[in-house]
Amino acid sequence: MAGDTLLRVKDLQLFFRTTKGVVRAVDGIDFELARNRAVVIVGESGCGKTSMAKAILRLLPKNVDTYSGKVFLNGLDTMTLKDEEYRLKMRWVKMSMVPQAAMNSLNPVMKVGDQVAEPAIIHNDMSKEVAMEQAKTMFQHVGVPLDFLERYAFELSGGMRQRVAIAMSLVSLPELIVLDEPTSALDVLTQANIFNVLKRIKEDLGMSFILITHDIATSSELADDVAVMYAGQIVETGDAHRFFAGPLHPYSIKLMNSVPRLRARQEPDFIVGQPPSLLNPPTGCRFAARCPSRYEPCDEEPPTVNIEGRTVKCWLHVK
Amino acid sequence: MKKFFTSIKQYPSAIVGLILILFLVVLSIYVVVAIPYDQAIRIWRGGEDVRGDVPRTARPIYVNWFTPQKLPTTIVIDSADPGAGIEKTRTQITDDMWDIQMVLPFDYPYDGFPQEMQLILTATYEEKNPFVTLTWYFPDGERIKIADVTSRRNETVRFDLQDRLLRQLDGVPPRIALLSVPESDPPEVRQGRYELHVDTIVFEEGSDIEAKFVSMGQVHGIAGTDHRRRDLLLPLLWGAPIALAFGLTAALGTTFTTMFIAAIGVWFGGLVDELIQRITEIYMVLPFLPILIMVGIFYSRSIWVLLVVVIALSIFSAAIKNYRAIFLQIKESAYIEAARSYGAGNWRIISRYLVPRIIPILIPGLIGAIPGYVFLEASLALLGLGDPILPTWGKVINDAQMNGALYNGYYYWVLQPAAMLMITGLGFAMIGFALDRIFNPKLREV
Repeated sequence: MAGDTLLRVKDLQLFFRTTKGVVRAVDGIDFELARNRAVVIVGESGCGKTSMAKAILRLLPKNVDTYSGKVFLNGLDTMTLKDEEYRLKMRWVKMSMVPQAAMNSLNPVMKVGDQVAEPAIIHNDMSKEVAMEQAKTMFQHVGVPLDFLERYAFELSGGMRQRVAIAMSLVSLPELIVLDEPTSALDVLTQANIFNVLKRIKEDLGMSFILITHDIATSSELADDVAVMYAGQIVETGDAHRFFAGPLHPYSIKLMNSVPRLRARQEPDFIVGQPPSLLNPPTGCRFAARCPSRYEPCDEEPPTVNIEGRTVKCWLHVK
Repeated sequence: MKKFFTSIKQYPSAIVGLILILFLVVLSIYVVVAIPYDQAIRIWRGGEDVRGDVPRTARPIYVNWFTPQKLPTTIVIDSADPGAGIEKTRTQITDDMWDIQMVLPFDYPYDGFPQEMQLILTATYEEKNPFVTLTWYFPDGERIKIADVTSRRNETVRFDLQDRLLRQLDGVPPRIALLSVPESDPPEVRQGRYELHVDTIVFEEGSDIEAKFVSMGQVHGIAGTDHRRRDLLLPLLWGAPIALAFGLTAALGTTFTTMFIAAIGVWFGGLVDELIQRITEIYMVLPFLPILIMVGIFYSRSIWVLLVVVIALSIFSAAIKNYRAIFLQIKESAYIEAARSYGAGNWRIISRYLVPRIIPILIPGLIGAIPGYVFLEASLALLGLGDPILPTWGKVINDAQMNGALYNGYYYWVLQPAAMLMITGLGFAMIGFALDRIFNPKLREV
């Protein structure tokens, strides 16, 4: 990862308390993101992608057990800020988020124009009029007709609502936007559209993205970097070109093979079994139980190996 | 707003309700402007001077429209009133005696006898009182002397109390005998034109006299009168603004505070929520009516004090539990979390994200609560805890009950304020039902 570092996450942990025990949703994550780049975070459902996003933005539910580690933004350790300070200085000022099911994240009793202007009013101390102007600009960026400003969320199609949610994350001009499955409920055409919008915003406004998705194929459009998560940990990172050309971790390989090919006559692969329970993760490599290349060292915790700027957490690559 | 009216148009009940409430509101505004508060209180509380010509417990005039028998209305003939056209002839008899003659004529086309008859004399003189002779002329020209009076400056001659006249009429009260067919038993009304001649002898040059004849009818005014000769129209009219003010303030005060407390409890959760819930549970077991009665007996019966007590007792009502259940659901919505993520503060989330969602549920309940509080005020008045100063509907019913109105057949006394209460309740209830259907589309199929 070249360029100057915008975000650096070190040993981030987020555990939840449940009636069954402690769920280790995010279990020691390290990664970096350079300015004006987009990292795609892929992984199966329940591997802690959304939890990681929430941990970065400190949007914690009530049942947090452990929340530790470091999140540096522009070199500032955000974990040292108090909650109220964090709310005023970080959220939407430096980092914003398009939440999962963004379509449902709009207030049903507020006009979408007002809704988009809200963060600007709250954070940038803008008057309502100025904020509405800003909202209009953002509507143009994401390609929503301006007369939609006066509509309510339920009067908009899913794709439009998604765009509105993205506009809302842009309105205060943050440096980093976390997009949590921004296209999961949309058809392929709309997905492509939205990714084009994101691409253009990235170029025009110079923002960085953390894009959480299942959809490896579509997200490859936007990705500069890729990080693969498995069972609360990041198992592989690297730049997108080289990752898509040849993933290193056995899980990544399997994951890539599960994407159907258009031209090659190849059946999509699948991974036998289920990810391990995060209540009580296995010692050693967490993928070991499902790994085709498993061998003796896999019972031990694998180290993170750096290979020409890429990292992989696997014994196979230990020399 | 336009949308609201188009949707409300689909519900005839709402239109009827709106008309009823509009009627009450227009009435209230008119009354408050036409009869200012001070004047209304003075008339309601005032002594006989305010209502000297008003009979006791007279039925409303409209009773005559429904019965073949026409009950007498109140007849007032005042020589001082230029409209009445009473001529005064003044002749000098001697150097220091003048004779003033007046004729007060009136038609009596009714089927009943008046409640009371009296003549009020207003004399002006220096030292010597004028001497007045009253003569009653029947329609056939026959006459009877009623009384000789040495008039003071203000003299009221009550016909029923004239002993000599009473003896002359064989003990039949003059208000009956003077208007009945001779020798009829039971007395029958002799309809026709009567005259009361007032002959006055004054003993001073500048001395003068005015006479006002009052025959108090059995029907009076469009709302009748009560046992203290008060026209019931006043409390019926003034009851409207008071009832609306009480109901509206109580309903708004309790509903919105309750909702905000529930929202605060749900949003902050933890200890705050716990505290609010426990306080609510304590409030829920407090007996509402007995506390109000105690406040009324020991502290104050002012309607506004009761209003404050009602609101105070209702803030932590069971409604908090209902609102809390709904808020708990809304709190978990994706958009609330989104608002939190883009940094909306606690109060912003409560006021702009939580509360607006509950308004549709709140409004029909609020409208429905208004007549509830109006009835509460009337019930308290009926229990004798009504405001002692204000003319309210409940107070009228209370008076009626204390004076055995239903037992004595004064139905109007109870039915009129009851009808006003019913109109109020009906109006709000009809709108409430319609709003419920507009805001809760699931009810539309029912």
